[in-house]
Parts: sequence; structure tokens; C-alpha cells
Amino acid sequence: MDFQVVVLGGGVSKKLLPLVSQELPNALLPVANRPVLSYVLEYLELSNLKDLIVVVEGEEVALHVGAWISGAYADRLHVEVAAVPEDVGTAGAIRAISHHLTAKDILVVSGDLVTDVPLGAVAATHRRHDAVVTAMLCAAPVSGPSESVSSGGKDKTKKPGRYDLIGLDPTKQFLVHIATGAEVEKDLRIQKSMLPAVGQIEIRADLMDAHLYAFKRSVLQEVLDRKSAFHSLKHDVLPYLVRSQLKSEVVLSGMPQAEENRTEKVTSQSNQQMLSQILANASEPTFHLQHSLGPYGSISDQRIHKCCVYIAGSSKYCTRLNSIQAYNDINRDVIGEASHLSGYSYSAQNNVIHPSAELGAKTTIGPHCMLGEGSQMGDKCSVKRSVIGRHCRIGANVKVVNSVVMNHVTIGDSCSIQGSVICSNVQLQERAVLKDCQIGAGFVVAAGSECKGEVLAKK
Amino acid sequence: MGAQKKSGARVSEEADELVRVPLQAILLADSFTTKFRPITLERPKVLLPLVNVPMINYTLTWLESAGVEEVFVFCCSHSKQVINYLHNSDWLSQPNFTVSTIESQNSVSAGDALRVVYERNVIHGDFVLISGDTVSNMSLTQALLEHKERKKKDSNAVMTMVIKRSKPNPAIHQSRLGTDELFMAIDPNTKQLLYYEDRADQSKGTLHLDKSLLVDNPSLSLHHDKQDCYIDICSPEVLSLFTDNFDYQHLRRHFVKGLLLDDIMGYKIFVHEIHSDYAARIDNFRSYDTVSKDIIHRWTYPLVPDVMNFGNSVTKLERQGIYRASEISQSQSAVIGPCTVIGSGTKIGNNTKISNSVIGEGCKIGSNVIIEGCYIWDNISIEDGCKLQHAIVCDGVIIKSGAVLEPGVILSFKVVVGPEFVVPPYSKVSLFQQPIEEDSDEELEYADSTSVIGSQMETSDVEIASQVLETHFSPASELGMGGAGHVWLTCEGGHEEEWRHSVAPIPKDKILEAIKIMEDDLELTHDDSFFPPSGELKPNSNDSDDDDHEDSRDDSYYFEKEVEATFLRAVHENIQESHLILEINSLKLSYNKLTADCAGAVFYAMMKYALDTPHSSADSLLQNVQVVFTKWKKVLTSYLTDIDEQIEIILKFEEMCSESAKEYATLFTRILHYFYNEDVVEEDAILSWEDEKKDADEADKVFVKQAQHLIQWLKEASEEDDDDQE
Repeated sequence: MDFQVVVLGGGVSKKLLPLVSQELPNALLPVANRPVLSYVLEYLELSNLKDLIVVVEGEEVALHVGAWISGAYADRLHVEVAAVPEDVGTAGAIRAISHHLTAKDILVVSGDLVTDVPLGAVAATHRRHDAVVTAMLCAAPVSGPSESVSSGGKDKTKKPGRYDLIGLDPTKQFLVHIATGAEVEKDLRIQKSMLPAVGQIEIRADLMDAHLYAFKRSVLQEVLDRKSAFHSLKHDVLPYLVRSQLKSEVVLSGMPQAEENRTEKVTSQSNQQMLSQILANASEPTFHLQHSLGPYGSISDQRIHKCCVYIAGSSKYCTRLNSIQAYNDINRDVIGEASHLSGYSYSAQNNVIHPSAELGAKTTIGPHCMLGEGSQMGDKCSVKRSVIGRHCRIGANVKVVNSVVMNHVTIGDSCSIQGSVICSNVQLQERAVLKDCQIGAGFVVAAGSECKGEVLAKK
Repeated sequence: MGAQKKSGARVSEEADELVRVPLQAILLADSFTTKFRPITLERPKVLLPLVNVPMINYTLTWLESAGVEEVFVFCCSHSKQVINYLHNSDWLSQPNFTVSTIESQNSVSAGDALRVVYERNVIHGDFVLISGDTVSNMSLTQALLEHKERKKKDSNAVMTMVIKRSKPNPAIHQSRLGTDELFMAIDPNTKQLLYYEDRADQSKGTLHLDKSLLVDNPSLSLHHDKQDCYIDICSPEVLSLFTDNFDYQHLRRHFVKGLLLDDIMGYKIFVHEIHSDYAARIDNFRSYDTVSKDIIHRWTYPLVPDVMNFGNSVTKLERQGIYRASEISQSQSAVIGPCTVIGSGTKIGNNTKISNSVIGEGCKIGSNVIIEGCYIWDNISIEDGCKLQHAIVCDGVIIKSGAVLEPGVILSFKVVVGPEFVVPPYSKVSLFQQPIEEDSDEELEYADSTSVIGSQMETSDVEIASQVLETHFSPASELGMGGAGHVWLTCEGGHEEEWRHSVAPIPKDKILEAIKIMEDDLELTHDDSFFPPSGELKPNSNDSDDDDHEDSRDDSYYFEKEVEATFLRAVHENIQESHLILEINSLKLSYNKLTADCAGAVFYAMMKYALDTPHSSADSLLQNVQVVFTKWKKVLTSYLTDIDEQIEIILKFEEMCSESAKEYATLFTRILHYFYNEDVVEEDAILSWEDEKKDADEADKVFVKQAQHLIQWLKEASEEDDDDQE
């Protein structure tokens, strides 16, 4: 595959505070004790894509990410880490590294994607239709984020399970409408010109844009050059391309032959073209073509381009780590039902306990749990569906349920932790009870304190 | 015990099956529209011949074959004709298929018709609702089964609509049946209808769906490629719904949309899509043309001319889709082209060419006549050398030699076209004068279409006949020498659209024009200002805010106007104060206004009235005000419950003085004082008004200064009061 790959690593996302910091940017946030970026990199490696550009926001973040990549993947991947200013958006990030892009097609992957959808299938769809963009869609997460959103960030009232509104043509191959971000909450507005051309649009609220796109490079670069206000690939570039597919404004290199001999409006000619198109695409003539041929068989001088989709099968795993809720979900899934993603080998009890970890008497670690290297647990502890990082010291009689505990955490006796995220170097003094909390790095929770649904971090 | 119970349950279930009412149908023998005028002035639409068979026969034949056992034919306009026709036909004497008629003279819409049917209390179970101009050969079994299954699970599933795939022409926004393009949203899994829009606003580039639709349904399909067949399977509740909602008139515009919007009752409508079967309703002349062609092309089998034999002669199918009845006398040199039907007893002269046309019974066609794409009904005489293209010619018409009918012409009954006369394209000709131009308002469309004219017609036949005779003898007719008939004017601005619903094929240039418009539309949609450049939608939300402001401003303006009009009416018609208050209250509710707004509006109306009453000087103006207020003070004070409202009217008065009614400016203090004396405004209100104005611009303080004297006096008075109390 001569795709060039751009991984958008992001910076320090506000939505993930207090979990992330300059030292621990989004990309390095541990999922089952591995940075989330490693899932993307290994996913790409599986498809034999080894030349990557990782774009991150901010020089310091770039340093951290670069250091980690060169340590972990020095011999396996050829990765270039590029830093862009903060707040340039995804479109801005691509614009900044545009001069590095040379291949015919560009694959843009978000660095927070955890998936096992075959990348080859996405690429094949893109090539088969000679599309300007192919977007991967996946089922929207069922366990809806309670306080978070997939994108946009401002709208906190979003109902669970609704991320994007996606309009597909009847063959489910083409994207004919997309509403993202804040638009999702508005009334649905469909271009009237699109509907007659397609005939039938299926509007899906249960699908989500996975932020994995294959772009035609020339088109992507032209759009970014021309529309300097475009800030985000997902919110601006993709909807723009979808909207304009029947009246393309971008010059397409090597697109339809119809462009070249447009002047000859002979029906037989158009039939031939249709035939050649059919043969070339090995598929039914699409609505694009029918549209461009016009209702009476003559080629109206329309420029068209295609926006394709690849819909991930329901058995595949595909989630983005873009909220705290998603962070909890992904951790649970990666050690649970989607355990093949984690790359660890599971014990007979269906859990992963590092050999160097020490467990006290009568301490039980349930299935779908993970205990990192060098961690110690006291007596009578119970761990269920949780991830515990490296070198943690956990006292006696501690309960950890549905939680993530990062590295070097000290937990006193008789603590109870449920549905929470405990960052590195946190100290929980004895008898602390946490439910649905996020504790930022280095925080000290006083003995006997009870917290519910709180965010605690150092000032 | 258990077994017994079980069997008992089964028995009752079977009993349910046994008492099952026979499948019923309501056939509306009136379309409640005027699209087939002028023909329908003389004959009801359902009796118009479609490929030489009255339309209602197609519908009844289908109902019979689909397993319907009891049909109620609802007759309204020309009801006598319909009933007489049914009496003379075999329909009333069929075994296992009873046809009864329900007559109503004063129904003006399908809604009225269904309300009448409900009152008769004849429908006992699920029924098929169909209009008498529908041609179909679909099997109802599957749709009925689906309907019953759904109904069992969910008693709110009251209706199943039959739809069919049909892609409208994207350029001219209409289907091949000449109906407007239809947008529907359907749940792909349950087939529930979620949205129905058949008269979409072309000017807007986007289609708006309410966001609440998507909250309940994770996925929905938006269809543009479906056609409504106007065959509905309804539960008995539908009739009572029409009775409950007495404002429902149109089956689709009111009933379907009403149910879709109403989320309180939660009634649901479902769709059933047919794929290989045929179903179409003849809504306008274009669908008349399309359906006729479909019948000739045998898409509607078994409803085709050689199978459907009503009455007398046998029609035989020949090659190339030529249908010939018996006793045709045709000259050797006449050429009958493909896809043509010729009725019995018709004579065709030398060298005449006929193609793609339907010729009725007993017609006399001369020599050297060219007929293409026409619908020639019965007993028509066409003299030599005529040329007819894409026209509908009704019974008894005489076309004199050498006359030409341009495409799209409709000649109603017994019209005579003079020799060598050229009837211009799309003209509609009738012996009747065109009814006086009425507002093309929907309500009127229903009202005038049927009962009024229809009954008038039947009662005053003699009178009309004499009129007709007169026109007969007028030598310089609108239709050439010896012609008879009036050319109807198309309604204002309608001429442009005439081609849409005509029998004639759509002219090429119109299509090209439409395509161009469509492309321009595409261009427009791409205007970036329309879609915000960024996903944040900031500019857009600003827009909508602006809209809101505009709306509310307009609203207040209209509200004030309404209140003023109401007040003036009260003054002129001497309406009681309490009634006026009631009316203003209802306006307040409908415009969603506050009491303060009412106070302001009423005050404005009163002052305006006083100002408009003739007066010679400032003093007489003041007197006017006093007169008005003595009479109507109670109305105003009923809205002055609070100090805020009093301040509101002072502000309003100030505004009037400086803007709309400057004559009051000099009288400001005096009138204010008068108000104070009359207890319209209290001291506190005046003082807080002054207080409010303290920080205002100098320009705004003009009236405060003018009233300074009064204010001063008020302040002193109140101090004195205080002193007194102490």
C-alpha cells in the first residue's frame, strides 16, 4: 500500500484532565499499562505501514512522545515526530506538515483510536471507487458517555450514543450527509439537491466517524490551501467534501474521463463512458455517475467526486479515547472482551498478573484484571475488572472495582475504589473511599475521606 | 383445569375469528379538487373514461379481486350521476361483493366525507380507504396481514399506506404522474412513517427534519424516490380521529401530517412498499396520460382493455399494442399506429393517421386527419384535415374541418371548434363560463369544487341549456366560425406551470431550463456563508438569534395591530367592556404576551383612537382623551395590576409623544395628571418612572422635565401625607 500515514497524536486535551499533563500527553495515556498511541502504531504495523508521521501539539509534548517512540519502536518503525503549535486543529496540523506529503493517498489516523478493523479493507474501498475521501465508520459506543462528548466539547447536554449523524446512499458505500459536533443537536438539514440524486438517504445516528480517513492527497492539499478557515478535518474538511460531491470545486487529477471529452454530448459516447466506468469500478454505476449523465443521458458539465465510507463490522472493536468515560470503557474492554488488542497473554483466571507482583494472603484478583510489574498488595484485597500499574503499593483490605490505577500509586489499608481513575504517584491514605472519581497525578487523598464523582488534582 | 382453560381460550380466539367482520372499503367518488375542470363541471371524475372504461370500474374491479367484500361508495358532487351509473351497471348485483352508496351534498373534503361515514356507523373493522380514481392490481393480502400484526402488538398503529418506488425527475421536481415530489422519512426496520412532505418549498436548498425524530430512532431512511399510491389500510379509529379533529380536511396534508406531529396520542402510520405490482392514482391530466399508457402497455394486467369487458363489445389485442373493438369501419388507406385503442362503431376515413391514442365509441373521423397522443372519448366527430396532438376531447365534441388542436388542449363536452381554427396550447375549452375567479386558497378549493357548482348544475340544467343555445348561435365565437365554447383563462401566473399537469409531454426547453435552475441551485448550496465554515456553528447560532429577534419584533407589531383593530371594533360595534377584555386576553395567549404588553397595546389603541377622533385644538384633544378614558378605562385598568404595567404605559405614552403622535407632546403633563386623577397611574409609578429616567440621555429626559412640576407636587404631597400620618 503506497499510503502515507499521518497519525494525529494531539496534545494535552482539556477533556481528559486531570489524567493528562505536559509530561503525560494524550498520546501517552496508558491503556492497560501501555500508551494509547502504541495501539495505533501496532495497528498500522500490522498492515505493514511503517513509515509514519506523528503530529503532536507543542514542542514539549513532541519531546516526550518522540522519546517514548524512539525507545519502544526504534528498530521496528520509521517514525517522524512533528510538532505543531497548539490549537491549530487537525486541519491546521495537516497544513503544517503538508510539504512532507508526497504519496497519492494519505491515511489520517487519530492517535487515540483503539481498533482492530482491517485497514486494508478501508484502503481497498478508497481505491476501488477512486474516492477523494474514505471515512471509516463504526458503531457508536453503547455505554454512553455520561459527562463527555466525542467532539465539539461545548455541548454537555448531548444524549448518550449520539455522536454524528451520517447519511448513506442505499448501497451504503457513499457518504452523502454528515453532521458532526454541535450540528448533531440541531434539526437535520439535508441538501435538497442531494436527495433527488441519490433517491434515498439512510440517516444513521448509531454510527460514529472513527476519525480514520483516507484522503486523495491532491484534493486534501488543495482544500486546505484554499479554505484557510478550515480548522478541523472532521468538522470542516469532511463535511465540505461531502456537500460538494455533486459540484466539485476541487480539480481532480485523473478523475472521470468525462472531464476530458465533455464537449461531445453524444449518447453513445456517454454509454461507453458509463461502461468503462462500470468496468473500472467493477460496481454498479453510482448515483454520482447517473447524476453526471443527467436525467436524459446527456453529460451535463458537472464535476463530481466521491466520498466513500467503510463501515466496520459489528464484531470489530473500534473506540476513540477522547473522554474520561471512554478511558474507563477502553481500559475495561481491552482487558475484557477485546483482550486480543492488549497483546498480553492471559492466565487461566483470565487476568494478567506480572510475575514480579506480590500478593498478600487471601487477596483475590478476579478475571479481566491486570496487575503491573513490581506492584505489591496486602492481605484480603479484592480486585475486580481493574487495571493496576507498575510499582504500586497497596495495603490490606483494599477493594478496587472497575477502576484504573496508574504507576507508583500508594494505597493505604481499607481503601475502597470504584469506577475511578487514579493517576501516577497518588497517595491514598487509609480508609479513603472513592467512587467515580478522577485523581490527578501526585495528589494526596486524606485518610478517611469519602468522595463521589469528584475530580481531585493538585493546584 | 389448565388444559380446559387453554382450550377455552382457543375457542374464544376462534370465535374472534368467526365474528371477524368482512373486509370493508370506503371508496371516495369525489376527489375534492378542481384539477379536472372544466370536464368535472359536467361529469364526476370517477365516471370519466380511462381507456374507454369509466375510472370507477378499475377501482371496483381491483377491490373485488383484492378480497374486499363490502364497499361504500361515497358520492358528493354529481352524486346522482354516480348512483345512476352504479344502478345501471352490474356492480350492485355481484355475489360476495356488496356495493352501497352514501350520498352527501355538503361535504367539501375527504375529511368531511369520512365524518359522514362515521356517523352512518357502517364500518366495523379494518377498511381500505381509496379514491375512485385509483388503478391498481396489487395484492392486499400481505399488506393486510402486516397491518393486523402491527395492530395486535400496538393499538396505536392505525394506518398502513401503500407506497411504490418511482423516481421523480430531479430537474422539474415532479413524478411521471405529475404529482409533486414527495419527501418521506421511514424507519427502515419497523417501516413506520416519520415524516411526510409533499409540497416541499423549492426555494429552500435544504430539508429540515426535527431533531426529535432522531432521538427516538437511531436510523431512518429519507426517501425521495417513493410515490404515494393513495391506498390506505385503516383501522376504525381513523374515522373517529377525523371526527375528533374536525379541522382535518385533506387526507395527507392534515390527517397524516397531523398524526405525525401529534406526539400526545402517539398514533402511528406505517408504510407498505409494493415492488412488482401496479398502483397509481389519477390526480391530474398528466397522470391520466401516464396511467392510460400504462394500461395500454399492460402494466396493470388484468386491468387491460381486452380483459375488462364492461357492457357490450369485445376488444381484441393486435400486434404493437393496438386494441380494436368490433364494428369498426376503417378505410384501407388509414394507418393505425402502435399503442392505440379504438372503440366500437368508430369510423375512420381515408389517409388518416392515428398513433398512441385512445378513441372511444361511435366516433366519426374524417379523411387526412392526424391524431397523435390524444384521448378522444365517445361520439365525437372530427372532420377532414384536422390535426390533433396530445389533447383530451370529451363526448359530443365536433371539430370542423382543418382545425388544429395544439398539445395540451382540453375540450369539454359538446364543444364545437370552427373550421381552420387553431386552439392554442394548453387551452381548456368548455360550454360553461369559467366560474368567477376565486382565491386559490385551499379552503375555497374544496368548497367551490364540488357541492356548490355541482348542485347548481343539476338543479338549473334548463337554464344552462338555454345559455348554451345562446352561445351556439353567436356567430363570432371564441372558437372560430360556428364554434361553441369558452376558452378558460388560466389563473394568474398559472400559465407558466400549465405544462406540468398537462397531457402533453413536457417540452424540451422546459426541462433544459429546469436543469439549469437545478445546477444553479447546487451552486447556491455551496455558498460557504450558508454552511458555517467551522463546525462550531457560531455564525449560524447568531443568525438564528437574529431571526428570533426579528420574529419577536414582528410579533409585537402584529399584536399591537390586532389589539388596536379589536379595540376599534369594540368602539364601533359598541361591544361590552368585559367582552373586549376577553378578546384581548385571547390575543394575549395566542401571541404569548405579558400583561404589560397588553396594557401597552390597549393604551396605544385608546390614545390612537382619541387622536383620530376629530379635534380642533389641544384642548379638544384632551377632551377626546377624557371621553375615551371615561368609557374604556375599565379595559385598561384590568391590565394595570402592577406598578410595572403602569410604568410600561407611561413609557409607551412617552414613546408616542416623541414618535408616532407628536400632537400629544405638549399635552404630556396634563394628560399624565389626568391619568393620576383617574387612578390609571399611581404616584409610585410616576416616581419610579422618573427614577428610571435619571441616567438617561438628555434627549430622553424631555418629558421628565416637562412633568417635573407634577413630580415635584407629587413628592411634596406624599411628604405631607407622611407628616399627616405621623
